[in-house]
Amino acid sequence: MEATTKARHEALGLSREQLLEMYYYMLLTRRIDERLWLLQRGGKIPFVISPQGAEAAQIGAAFAFRRKHDWFTPYYRDLGINLVAGVTPREIMLGAFARGADPASGGKQMPSHWGNRPLNVVSGSSPVTTQLLHAVGIAQAARMRGDDIVAYTCCGEGSSNQGDFHEALNWAGVHKLPVIFMVQNNEYAISVPLDRQVAGGSVAARGKGYGMPGIEVDGTDLLAVYAAFKTAHERARSGQGPSLIEAKCVRITSHSSDDDQRRYRSSEEIEAIKAKDPILKARAYLYEHGILDEAQEKELEARVMAEVDDATDYAESQPYAVPEQTLRHVYKED
Amino acid sequence: MEIKMPQLGESVTEGTIGKWLVKPGDAVKKYQPIAEVITDKVNAEIPAPADGTIISLAVEEGSTHSVGTLIATMQTAGEAPVAAPAPAPTAAPVGATVGAPAPTARASTAVLERPAGGARYSPAVMKLAQEHGLDLTRISGSGLGGRITRKDVEAVIAAGGAATQAQPAADCVGSMVAAQAETAAPAPAPAPAPAPTPLAADQVIPVDAVRRRIAEKMRQSKHEAPHAWTMMPVDVTGLVKLKEQVGEEFKRREGISLSFVPFFIKAVVESLKEYPIINSQWAGDSIIMKKEINISIAVATETALAVPVIKQADRLSIAGLNHAVADLAGRARAGKLTLDDISGGTFTVNNTGYFGSFMSAPIINHPQAAILSFEAITKTPVVLENDAIAIRSIMNICMSLDHRVLDGLVCGRFLQAVKARLESYQPGSIQLY
Amino acid sequence: MAVLNLVEAVRETLRAEMRRDRDVWVVGEDVGKKGGVFGATLGLFDEFGPERVQDSPLTESAIVGVGIGAALYGTKPVCEIQFADFIFPAFNQIISEAAKMRYRSNGAWTVPMVIRAPFGGGVHGGLYHSQSVEQYFTNTAGLKVVVPSTPYDAKGLLAAAIRDPDPVLFFEHKGLYRAVKGEVPETDYIIPIGKADLKRDGSDITVITYGKTVHFCLEAANQLAREGYEALVLDLRTLLPLDREAIVAAAKKTGKVLIVHEAGKTHGIGAEVSAIIAEECLFDLDAPVQRLCGPDVPAMPYAGPMEKFFMLSPEKCLEAMRTLAKF
Repeated sequence: MEATTKARHEALGLSREQLLEMYYYMLLTRRIDERLWLLQRGGKIPFVISPQGAEAAQIGAAFAFRRKHDWFTPYYRDLGINLVAGVTPREIMLGAFARGADPASGGKQMPSHWGNRPLNVVSGSSPVTTQLLHAVGIAQAARMRGDDIVAYTCCGEGSSNQGDFHEALNWAGVHKLPVIFMVQNNEYAISVPLDRQVAGGSVAARGKGYGMPGIEVDGTDLLAVYAAFKTAHERARSGQGPSLIEAKCVRITSHSSDDDQRRYRSSEEIEAIKAKDPILKARAYLYEHGILDEAQEKELEARVMAEVDDATDYAESQPYAVPEQTLRHVYKED
Repeated sequence: MEIKMPQLGESVTEGTIGKWLVKPGDAVKKYQPIAEVITDKVNAEIPAPADGTIISLAVEEGSTHSVGTLIATMQTAGEAPVAAPAPAPTAAPVGATVGAPAPTARASTAVLERPAGGARYSPAVMKLAQEHGLDLTRISGSGLGGRITRKDVEAVIAAGGAATQAQPAADCVGSMVAAQAETAAPAPAPAPAPAPTPLAADQVIPVDAVRRRIAEKMRQSKHEAPHAWTMMPVDVTGLVKLKEQVGEEFKRREGISLSFVPFFIKAVVESLKEYPIINSQWAGDSIIMKKEINISIAVATETALAVPVIKQADRLSIAGLNHAVADLAGRARAGKLTLDDISGGTFTVNNTGYFGSFMSAPIINHPQAAILSFEAITKTPVVLENDAIAIRSIMNICMSLDHRVLDGLVCGRFLQAVKARLESYQPGSIQLY
Repeated sequence: MAVLNLVEAVRETLRAEMRRDRDVWVVGEDVGKKGGVFGATLGLFDEFGPERVQDSPLTESAIVGVGIGAALYGTKPVCEIQFADFIFPAFNQIISEAAKMRYRSNGAWTVPMVIRAPFGGGVHGGLYHSQSVEQYFTNTAGLKVVVPSTPYDAKGLLAAAIRDPDPVLFFEHKGLYRAVKGEVPETDYIIPIGKADLKRDGSDITVITYGKTVHFCLEAANQLAREGYEALVLDLRTLLPLDREAIVAAAKKTGKVLIVHEAGKTHGIGAEVSAIIAEECLFDLDAPVQRLCGPDVPAMPYAGPMEKFFMLSPEKCLEAMRTLAKF
């Protein structure tokens, strides 16, 4: 085949710099998460829940949105989404250490319960899937106000069976609201595998039933995800309505630090999915297209690790909120 | 048969007759629509309740009526012919179930039972009684089963309290909590010795609430305050002469007799100013020295003892004190003392000489620190300074003191001061007004 | 001044608020063209259009969840749940999200929304159109719970609820919708949330109640007055937060308290009011605190005699009040 065909990223309108930036975020997501596991295993923080295996899906999706403009109601694995939206590694670490300065909740919530007002990242909770309805409401209100925004929301394939998922898609479909529903399907809802979770086998297939395109995409392929989201984002902005994108990812770690997946997954299986690591895939692409070489990679790694170290040290040194903070912000305070 | 406005929907309470579909004399079959009705929820038709003939229409098209209002009458087979009745709209009361027999309040807690045998006082009743020193055994109850209610007690308080109320707990710190801490509230008495049994010939006098109250107060005083006692003889020859000289004139002017008691009180209050520690109260971890000098005077009535108080006795002249004593004694005997009359005393003066006592050991009026009795005035031979013998009017003054608060030295000095003053009262040496 | 019934007062308040503030909008099942199954939004669709008076799909969780999202964005949704009995699919959104959003974000994210629902029985509604649900919410800090008993109160309280920066549950007794009428000023006014109302003063017994039973107790009080006892009737109006001060003052005034509510007795609102009185008024009490409530059964039956057995009435209130007065 002649080399006159454009590289995939170029066809999507992405420059080398943008692609490198996407890879940087994938790496940052991964390295932060690895550090969090280390801290948890070392007894420094009580809880971690990981996006390992979903970096391509998250970064690819996030880059289709407008930072500080569009709205996000992410789910607990969406560390990558948050970073691209503008949340800093320091802020992530403050949440992990439950410090008073954590912008999401000042330590009131468990880690990975995101929230950042200036960046339009809405505060999230633990009962899954509730955030999908919030995204619909946000899109609804924005339309009432005449504002051009797109709402991002996400959940796992397990949550796609929760009532709120169906109510949210249906509502968005009826009103053709500018919402993009992402489902990161990593094939395990804690220990329950896909074939016991999703009747019919496909989450994307549900889109049709709710009046929107349901797109299945390889969640380990950064550019495939980006392409799908770019299309969905344009669709939303042009008034054509919502989209459902099912990104098939891999879950490299256990569900969380309170889970041990070796109880229900064979070691062969776990090794096999490590081979599908999206970071490896993206790296290979960058090398293939001469966008990254060993020296640059080393420099990139060093830069990322410096940020991770800085964030860790900073957050650990910060104080907890005073215990009486427990009583604050029940109702509006004068 | 009467046809009434039916309930056409949840929360519908009235309907408007849109259109009559029948007129008097029409035959109708059961369920046949006889009128169109408009409500704010639904537009509906009223069906005939039975086969029969319409007799009369009771309401007009366009009129609005509550659910249950008579709107028409009809004749059904088997009924005696019915004349067209006058329309009698019956309005359904708001939200009420009309004419329902009053059911038992089966959802209510059944605690409002007749109080069990023996008095059961509510917290409000207990609190009010203690604050105002009321004897609940003397108050009759208007509540269920004779229960004393809060209102009953409030009524007693408003009426000034029963005349025979003893020193109220207001003298002690008023609240229940403090009273408990002081054990000044009616504390459970230590187990008394078994009461003696009467013989057949003995007369058994029932102990009334007044007597019981006095008994309790006396017992409490003796039980709590370690009583010490001291006395001094006082030469009141001058005072006796004074009274002889000005007594008649005083009676003419004031309408009441001049008594020795005001002089006793005058000597006492001025000496209390000199020795204010005498005018105090034991409070457990402190001694409260009272600012006001309120003199309790023991007044014997036919049946009992009353101890009314002259407030701020140090501000009254002899005449003023005389009037105060006469007034209080009179009201005490008439049973007309108020709560205020009997509270707030800081020192007690007891005119035991009135009934001829030569020496006595009075019981302290709890929670005061001391009491002073003035014994009979007797002409007595005494030895004067130059060893001459003279006949003088001598009166013993006897002081019981709470030895927690007071010691012999200060009491001795106090008594000397009282003695000196009394001995100084001569014709011309003291103002009556 | 207009004389309105309760549902009219609700409707006119919604209309006035929507005119006053473009961000106020209404959403729920059948609220649009139909105007609501009780007519609470009748006419609003014509004036404000389908987006601001929005017919939702049959999805209680979404009605509230979408409302939350819209409130997060800055608008003021007034969500209607068609019958309070159907609020439970939305319970998760109300408790997990609306109630906790401000708290968990330390004030960064807030939910200024109202959830309205008709509640209460005596209308042949059976188990699932008659329930009282207020007590499921009153233990959740972060929410406010309001129950008006008169058209005047309904307007003032609904206006206050719509303007409140926090989520407010607004329960309207469906049996009062058309049955109670009163003067409602056309001018703008609010009644502060958290303030009870002395509907009737008295010195013999204290009755504390809310909703439809306010009217039962007032009727009973009139009868009781003819028997020589004057009852004080305190309408709580707000159940969360309770007006502690008013409760204590009313209890202390007479020392004899009867709490009345249609909802079941055990763990009901009356239990909390009793606890407050026990804590603060013990030494003014002249009788144990009484509660007259619905029976402890799962719900109100449909057949007339059973419904009547369940429901309170002026007669039942009178008997309880008389017994207390004579104690």
